[in-house]
Amino acid sequence: MVTTPLLPSDYLDLVSPLRAGADLRGRIEAVRPETGDAATIVIRPGRGWRGHTAGQYVRVGVDVDGVRLWRAYSVTSPTHRRDGRFTITVKAIRDGKVSNHLVRRAKPGTLIQLDQATGDFVLPRAKPAKVLYLTAGSGITPVMGMLRDSEFDDAVMVHCAPQPHDVIFREELHGLVAAGKLRLTEVHTATDGMLDVARLGELVPDWAERETWACGPAGLLDAAEEHWNGHGVPERLHTERFRPNVVVAGAGGEVTFSTTGKSVDADGATPLLDVGEDAGVLMPSGCRMGICFGCVTPLKAGAVRDLRTGEITEAEPGVLIQTCVSAAAGPCDIER
Amino acid sequence: MTAIDPTAHLTAEQIEELGRELDAIRDEVIASRGEQDAAYIRKVIAAQRKLELVSRGVLLFSIFPPAWVLGTAGLSVAKIMDNMEIGHNILHGQWDWMRDPKIHSTTWEWDHVSPAAQWKHSHNELHHTYTNVIGKDNDLGYGIMRVDEDQKWHPFHLGQPLWNFVNACFFEYGIAAYDLELGRNLSKHRRKSPEFRARARAVGRKIRKQVLKDYVVHPLLSGPSFLPTLAATFTANLVRNIWSHSVIMCGHFPEGVQVFERRSINGETRGQWYLRQMMGSANISGSKAMHFMTGNLSHQIEHHLFPDLPSNRYAEVAVKVRALFEKYELEYVTGPLPKQVYSAWRKVFRLSLPNRKPHVKAPERERELVAA
Ligand code: FES
Repeated sequence: MVTTPLLPSDYLDLVSPLRAGADLRGRIEAVRPETGDAATIVIRPGRGWRGHTAGQYVRVGVDVDGVRLWRAYSVTSPTHRRDGRFTITVKAIRDGKVSNHLVRRAKPGTLIQLDQATGDFVLPRAKPAKVLYLTAGSGITPVMGMLRDSEFDDAVMVHCAPQPHDVIFREELHGLVAAGKLRLTEVHTATDGMLDVARLGELVPDWAERETWACGPAGLLDAAEEHWNGHGVPERLHTERFRPNVVVAGAGGEVTFSTTGKSVDADGATPLLDVGEDAGVLMPSGCRMGICFGCVTPLKAGAVRDLRTGEITEAEPGVLIQTCVSAAAGPCDIER
Repeated sequence: MTAIDPTAHLTAEQIEELGRELDAIRDEVIASRGEQDAAYIRKVIAAQRKLELVSRGVLLFSIFPPAWVLGTAGLSVAKIMDNMEIGHNILHGQWDWMRDPKIHSTTWEWDHVSPAAQWKHSHNELHHTYTNVIGKDNDLGYGIMRVDEDQKWHPFHLGQPLWNFVNACFFEYGIAAYDLELGRNLSKHRRKSPEFRARARAVGRKIRKQVLKDYVVHPLLSGPSFLPTLAATFTANLVRNIWSHSVIMCGHFPEGVQVFERRSINGETRGQWYLRQMMGSANISGSKAMHFMTGNLSHQIEHHLFPDLPSNRYAEVAVKVRALFEKYELEYVTGPLPKQVYSAWRKVFRLSLPNRKPHVKAPERERELVAA
């Protein structure tokens, strides 16, 4: 009543964006380089942050060039850091908008959006006697969260990275090794070649007896699943996949209207508004020429092309598209 | 409608070429949209909220005349910012590209009695698609005024200077009624349609909340300053209404702006659509502050060409657009606010009286309009 049409929170956000009851946000407090292309971001979360379990990830919404983009990163700090902050460790991937921004350009003081930590790539309550961590590249990040959180009597890690200096947290890992808390094999793929999971037994003879957490590129995880399945111990293997679906933007594709449950093939030149209407889906519309924003609809999966500029938009949570000027750029899912 | 078609010298190819050149201007802005633009709108929103808070705070003591003056002025400016540079432009989707759900055309609500959703329909969709097409774009005279010599005169029109003045004072209510298409929908059978009723209820709710805030809760909070605060909020709303009404009149009413016949837009090409926006809009010249307070609708021509480009970019776009007007020998209607307001009001007065039929014969007119 006092602030209509705004909410009191719209005003409170001006002064205290991290207060209890606000949308969950965080403030970047430091960016610490780890390797040439990876950095650890120290985040002070808002009051609503409920903490995390070692191995979980958190989705962060970062404004890159003015556009809010969401990505998931593993939490790399131990669970009960006294100062209430947590860290994520980000590796800049090629053409990665968010990762490059966080590693190279993010400034302390910046506000970011947060979701609560989630994911079931976590350690069980009851400590297993023997543990194996099988990781590659930035796949080490959730495992680092685990290593920093709890100790095991018998922990082995096999980690792949192109070269020694690409190994994120290398010093700390070797510290753990020196302290006798971890046995580590580094596979330097630039010189040693890719790890052949089928020959894992040569590195870790008792691998099949170990409770295993594996995280890395899809190829590695596929091979691991095959290996564990093949030896009849699939329940010992826990995997985490970072980017399950890679969107391939092409011209045209199968369009799914998920609310109505209809699917049709569309070419790369027909506006999705027409595609939907032709398929008998009730589509909101207005000007039909891209100026009124009366047709905006969530894009749940896939990619679309703006017919005016050729710009590709990929599905991400919260992404809305103007169906009257967008065409399918590969298979996509429209919430209608 | 002028007797001479100001675009008659353009060939169809030229019109399409013009369209391509305008597309290029648009693409350039879109490619360079970024962090600074996002920072701009966030800064404006934050400034507006602070100004409103402070002004309402000052009005708690409006029993003291200086506080009344200060608070009323601040609140007027805050309300104008909310409606113009922020609300109007966000609701156009100008900032949707930021993907910030809080600054998005689908979630924004403004300090106005017309609910955002209804306004988006009548403004973004009808007015912007059918700009200045008589019978399709109701913004031409808001259905209560005669705005062109060709429209049939009716004794009702004698009063239109008065209607226009009243509409200016209570502009937000005028807009709400207009968005509801109240006149048309009050006919017997339409009044009952569930769709209309739902929309009318939404307006009712919005009015109730706005009135409660401005005329009950806030004055009550002011205690002994109850009456002065009430007067202050009323004044701020009045100022905001007259201001936005004036700015909007300047957009399409001044002399030199063209209107179009229904038939002229059948099968319109992209180039022709652009041309219609160019000929159907007028700008206001002035300082940066002036552009800001009009929500950059002083760049009405640019806004009509590119309604979804961020408002802070219209000034730079205007330079290029104006060059195109010159290149294609078209008249870029612009002038300082007083001149444009005067021009628009003069038209309102002039057309309140009957006029002689235009000199051009019907078949010729039609050709001219098709060309437009
Ligand atoms: S229908 Fe108007 S923007 Fe799509």
